[in-house]
Amino acid sequence: MKNISISLIAVLILAALPTGLSTLGLSGLITNILPYVAIAVFLIGFVFRILLWAKSPVPFRIPTTCGQGKSLPWIKSNPVESPAGYWGVIARMAQEIFLFRSLFRNTDVAIVDGRPVYGSAKWLWFCGLLFHWSLLIIVLRHLRFFVEPIAPWIGALSALDGFFEIGIPTLYLSDAAILVGLTFLFLRRVVVPQVRYISLFTDYFSLLLIAGVVSTGLLMRHFSPADLNAVKTMAMGWVTFSPVVPQGINPVFYIHLCFVFVLLAWFPASKLMHAGGVFLSPTRNLANDSRMRRHINPWNAPVKVHTYEEYEDEFRDKMKASGLPVEKE
Amino acid sequence: MSFAKIPKPDQLIKIRYAPPETAWMNTPVDFRPGTWSYSGAAKNLTYLDLPNPRAWQPADEDWKLPDNWQAIILNGMKERLEKHRSFRLFMDVCVRCGACADKCHFYIGSGDPKNMPVLRAELLRSVYRRYFTTSGKVFGKLAGARDLTVDVLKEWFYYFYQCTECRRCSVFCPFGIDQAEITMMGRELLNLVGCNINWVIEPAANCFRTGNHLGIQPGGIKDMLEFMADDIEDRTGIRVNVPINKKGADILFVTPSGDYFADPGTFTCMGYLMLFHEIGLNYTFSTYASEGGNFGLFTSAEMVKRLNAKIYAEAKRLGVKWILGGECGHMWRVIHQYMDTMNGPADFLQEPISPITGTRFENARATKMVHITEFTADLIRNGKLKLDPQRNDHIRLTFHDSCNPARAMGLFEEPRYIIQKTCNHFFEMAEDTIREKTLCCGAGAGLGNDENMEMRMRGGMPRAMAVKKVVEKHDVNRLGCICAIDRATLTSLMDYWVPGVTVMGVHELLANALVMTGEKERTTDLRGDNI
Repeated sequence: MKNISISLIAVLILAALPTGLSTLGLSGLITNILPYVAIAVFLIGFVFRILLWAKSPVPFRIPTTCGQGKSLPWIKSNPVESPAGYWGVIARMAQEIFLFRSLFRNTDVAIVDGRPVYGSAKWLWFCGLLFHWSLLIIVLRHLRFFVEPIAPWIGALSALDGFFEIGIPTLYLSDAAILVGLTFLFLRRVVVPQVRYISLFTDYFSLLLIAGVVSTGLLMRHFSPADLNAVKTMAMGWVTFSPVVPQGINPVFYIHLCFVFVLLAWFPASKLMHAGGVFLSPTRNLANDSRMRRHINPWNAPVKVHTYEEYEDEFRDKMKASGLPVEKE
Repeated sequence: MSFAKIPKPDQLIKIRYAPPETAWMNTPVDFRPGTWSYSGAAKNLTYLDLPNPRAWQPADEDWKLPDNWQAIILNGMKERLEKHRSFRLFMDVCVRCGACADKCHFYIGSGDPKNMPVLRAELLRSVYRRYFTTSGKVFGKLAGARDLTVDVLKEWFYYFYQCTECRRCSVFCPFGIDQAEITMMGRELLNLVGCNINWVIEPAANCFRTGNHLGIQPGGIKDMLEFMADDIEDRTGIRVNVPINKKGADILFVTPSGDYFADPGTFTCMGYLMLFHEIGLNYTFSTYASEGGNFGLFTSAEMVKRLNAKIYAEAKRLGVKWILGGECGHMWRVIHQYMDTMNGPADFLQEPISPITGTRFENARATKMVHITEFTADLIRNGKLKLDPQRNDHIRLTFHDSCNPARAMGLFEEPRYIIQKTCNHFFEMAEDTIREKTLCCGAGAGLGNDENMEMRMRGGMPRAMAVKKVVEKHDVNRLGCICAIDRATLTSLMDYWVPGVTVMGVHELLANALVMTGEKERTTDLRGDNI
């Protein structure tokens, strides 16, 4: 419970930060300096982490095979789950990244009548997918603040997202979906004893921070609107490197900003880097072709072996006595 | 096999999945008898030039570590982070979603949260964070970091020798994090300070010296194979040839030494001998490369290479065209995913072509080593074998996919094809327990020793219960597999959980059904049981 409380306190402190800064007359910090710092930390950190992983070689070809490998021509192989080449690997990775293929296999286990019974447990997959896809859509929708004129596809995406026209302003489906996803992921972590047992501060903090971003965003859209023109002017100011200090925007907006920038800066140092790491996973992004094509290990070095000569020297008499052929009489 | 010292099955099955009250970092490891393996004997470490040979046992208070053991481990960790992308990545990207947790047979069988792959990995990750990440250095425990202490090292030992490197968790992980990789790194680190188990190190030392894990010397191998030839003659009336160390053979045959050492592996080995005789294969066994298995895999990448080197060296000395490999699990992980990289290129060999059918094994064109079930399935497909599956009518079979051929090769259909052509009563276990989701025997990766019996029975429980289900539903009485360790360990597992079920290799099944030219009327199977 300690990790949950500390995470909650950390997020509350971040929420109070903008108000604190504006009382000190330092709101320019959030609108003019923090954006650049956060983006820089995010970009540099992200690239640094990827390069650090990429710097370590892949000495062995170790895909986890989840289907029949390519062998005899009349045996039907599974080109995606046990890919024999480039295209199969791309298909496998695409499934993993866009559809969370492996998580889709999830089951749970319970001992019933003295034996383990495996049940389907697709909720984690479903809510995980819901969360990640809606997050992507929300990020893309926000591009409307950074380009002028607004690209047609952004407008189309927003229109599609608000297709059902529930309420005024229209409730975006992605907003509802991300709330469902986040709530599930958080409650699961808190309620399921095994998951709570393995959870660290970072696990709760990441979720709560994103929940903070989402809830302040929803608050502004549906309950306490911010001046969108002023927001856009400010965002365009960042993009054109001529930041302006906006006047009279809803204080909730500053909290929203603060959460977003902390999230960006925290991203490369945290487990959120799984977003980049998944592309590099050697058990998924390699073809199962290691008997077909030689894989090179860059640090492959000679090792001490026991040669046949040494072996025969030790056992020559016994080999001869058993009638086994020898190299030296 | 004695189960006297461990709880009865109806007690052992009472598993609690609720985690303990204390946080995992504050829950010390308990070396309870029956759940760990004896330490590596000094003589074996010395023979292999491994560090810190000494007399000690895991239950001792003092593990007699070198004075600078922490520095050794941390330097070793740094080196491995730089050499293996898998290690560095898997230390960083886990989000602790817990999808892997209840996929591990040791967790399902023990309920110990540190047997959840995620937490077993956190044992190592916590130390990685403390010494190799900024957040861990600054925020310590809050960032999930902790100091490397003797207690942490003991915990590593206990739990990295409670993982069979079966890779089941990696099938379910959304990032493909493979606990086998983490366990391998953990064991490599433990080896740097001389902490290993004898059931791994003694076979490795034996293999280095005598060519096989069991330490069988050249004459012994010949005697055992000849003895099998006698048995075959007794059953079939045919005297099969046993070519050993024969120069000029077309094919070098390498199989795990378990196959010629003890029942029921010997019946599988008799199957190979009969098959090769019947098709007139020009092949040879080798006494120098008399081991397909490779307990280096449970020690270090370097040891894998040291032991594996013999296979190519012997193929070269004998002048064979290509290599054929017997039924074995982790052996095939090494051959399929490591051998060519480590000890290739095998440019002195030819691309494997079946001398009987002319089939080109394109999937093995670089490594030049073919799996026996690929070879045999091709023979059957091309009508080269006369088979009478009725001779297996007394067998009601289910099939256990061995972890490594399943999850490191994708070898599913070849053995099933052979089974379908040689056996009339075949029943698959539940879908969640076969193929890529297959459950481990619970005693691979060097854990199949007697002192570890309780943990083996716990780890093997999910597999055993899946067998029990088909026993109740279809009267199954035989468990087929393509792994020598399985043949030994599943036998104990069945005796404990599902008495009455015996274990066999696929080539024993084949040999029962194989109609040999000039054979006498068969009245028994290879085991001498009436058919």
